Amino acid sequence: MSQDQRFRGKSRHAVTGKAAIAAAAMAFTASGLGAGAVAQEKVTIASWGGSYQNAQSEALFKPAAKATGISVTEETYGGMSDVRLKVKAGAMSWDIVASGSGSAARAGEEGLLEPLDYDVIDVSNFYPTLKMKYCVGGDVFSTVFAWNTETYGDKGPQSWADFWDVEKFPGKRAYRGKVAGALEPALMADGVPPEKVYEVLATEEGMERALNKIRELKPHIAVWWSSGAQHAQLMKDGEVDMTTGWNGRFDVAINDGAQTAYSFNQALLDYDCFAIPKGAPNKDTAMKFLAEISKAEYQANLPKYITYGPTNKMAYEIGKINKAVAEKLPSHPDNAKLQLPVDIEWYGKFEQKASALYQDLVTE
Amino acid sequence: MSDVALPSSGPASAPPSGQTNQRELKRDARRERFVLFSLCSPALLLVLIIMVLPVGWLFWLSFLGEDGNFTLENYQRMVESKSYARIFRNTFEVSLLTTAICILIGYPLAYFLSQLPRRTANLCMITVLLPFWTSLLVRTYAWLVLLQRRGVINEWGMDIGLWDEPIKLVHNLTGTLIGMVHIMLPFLILPVYGSMRAIDRDYLKAAANLGASPTQAFWRVFFPLSLPGLFAGSLIVFVLCLGFFVTPAVLGGGKVIMVSMRIATNIELFFNWGAASALGVVLLVLTLVILGVASRVLKFDQLLGGGHGS
Repeated sequence: MSQDQRFRGKSRHAVTGKAAIAAAAMAFTASGLGAGAVAQEKVTIASWGGSYQNAQSEALFKPAAKATGISVTEETYGGMSDVRLKVKAGAMSWDIVASGSGSAARAGEEGLLEPLDYDVIDVSNFYPTLKMKYCVGGDVFSTVFAWNTETYGDKGPQSWADFWDVEKFPGKRAYRGKVAGALEPALMADGVPPEKVYEVLATEEGMERALNKIRELKPHIAVWWSSGAQHAQLMKDGEVDMTTGWNGRFDVAINDGAQTAYSFNQALLDYDCFAIPKGAPNKDTAMKFLAEISKAEYQANLPKYITYGPTNKMAYEIGKINKAVAEKLPSHPDNAKLQLPVDIEWYGKFEQKASALYQDLVTE
Repeated sequence: MSDVALPSSGPASAPPSGQTNQRELKRDARRERFVLFSLCSPALLLVLIIMVLPVGWLFWLSFLGEDGNFTLENYQRMVESKSYARIFRNTFEVSLLTTAICILIGYPLAYFLSQLPRRTANLCMITVLLPFWTSLLVRTYAWLVLLQRRGVINEWGMDIGLWDEPIKLVHNLTGTLIGMVHIMLPFLILPVYGSMRAIDRDYLKAAANLGASPTQAFWRVFFPLSLPGLFAGSLIVFVLCLGFFVTPAVLGGGKVIMVSMRIATNIELFFNWGAASALGVVLLVLTLVILGVASRVLKFDQLLGGGHGS
């Protein structure tokens, strides 16, 4: 705790110091040399690589760099543990990192991230749940239930209660091997209304209730999946009849010919986001850049490259995304209203505890 | 040892007095040792840099908490949560079973190969080595394709009528063992085969000459002589198994959880190398303890040929 405070205090000084230098520099250039000599602004962005970063790059980074004249360097990284190392070593080289919302919340709690300035970043058209103090949503995805259309025909499961109903829907299940996104469905299957889920989960008994519900289903869980590629493959190969998973992955499998369908009903609406790590060398430029890529016109590019939805609602209205595609996206208003937005605060507070209990359950 | 051996072969040309000679020889030996040591030093330095320092650092990290102060919380967590003990048991169980199955399959195979004429044996060896040339990931996924519910083996089995319901071959311990044994087998066969080839056939002839039946000759002469290779192979297999990640992750269906997998989970969950390195430290210590006990019981160093001179 004390370390944390010291830590924050120190970096605040650093920030004000930097701001002063920046201001001085600006005054100098304005008075003496004119705008032409201002060094080119630059940001370094770290993301997860692969097709995901490629999509971000094509849809967001490159067009925004072109429009603002900010030069962008992209790197890949392994997640918030890398940020932690760099912050602790006082050698931060990234200005922006892409992260899962839950990890960003915990890293923010821990003092690894700069609070974002929402006077600079305009989020007035964002879904209110898709931003927080330390990170701004970059794309939206859903944790849904998917089923094999060969096994169940047209009468697939319609709710988490159906997912749990092995009498009505006999067949093998797959479920996530990690706690994120695993407890909420169990409570909904147990009859907790979506809006009460996180309230119930905030108590020890609530967590136990969810875990016990999963214990009930455990004999039918053939696989505990650990990656998006895996749950897509499980459905494609018909290895299980029903699974939880991320909508984008199922879309890819369906396009590949998998006998699979999924529903947004009672799904968990989650997002990936961008954050600025503590001690970022170009913090102010990073803030400006985040403001740029949060605009609807860039957000609307996303679905061209990956089936994740934009976080800015306006993206659906500027006519860049065609209707058929829009209706499949998790953040489309018609789909969003069916879903439970993931409560990042809950994860910040309880994920480590819940994870320990969940690992006990899985290894039982 | 070499000190004693040297004088007899020492330079006979220079005839200084016995004492000076002794001294000179000793100095020579020292110099030689120093030269040998300096020859080794790049390797030693490398081991120090890529092995000792990182492991030491890992050890150090495991005692640091999230706030960077000394703490035992990373170890406490392992005691408090039941899953850790289960994961360690699981890891050793899987490793032992894999090693045992590798011995059961690999030893007879190596024996068979060692009895073949060298040319034929070399050809057969290619089939053993072939998996070595294929990526581990590819082989693991190949097993997934073969073993899964609608995989080749289950489809054929049901077509032929061997069984009616798909049998569970993967996403459990069975699948994990099949995959790991397949990958580990060459690591056992190669040293065993090597030590079998080195056994002088005349020993067996002598045994037969003295009236031993082939079975007796095998168990009392051949088998003990092949043990160094067998132990070396088993040791390699066992230790490599302890750190396995990909194969159990893909074929275990989330039910076979090894320490390495939990290390990955912990890094993600705690953003903290310490939480993960504590697991590594415990695994390392447990492994050393087990190897220590095993070497006492089985007299490893003699078997591995280290202690012959003493």
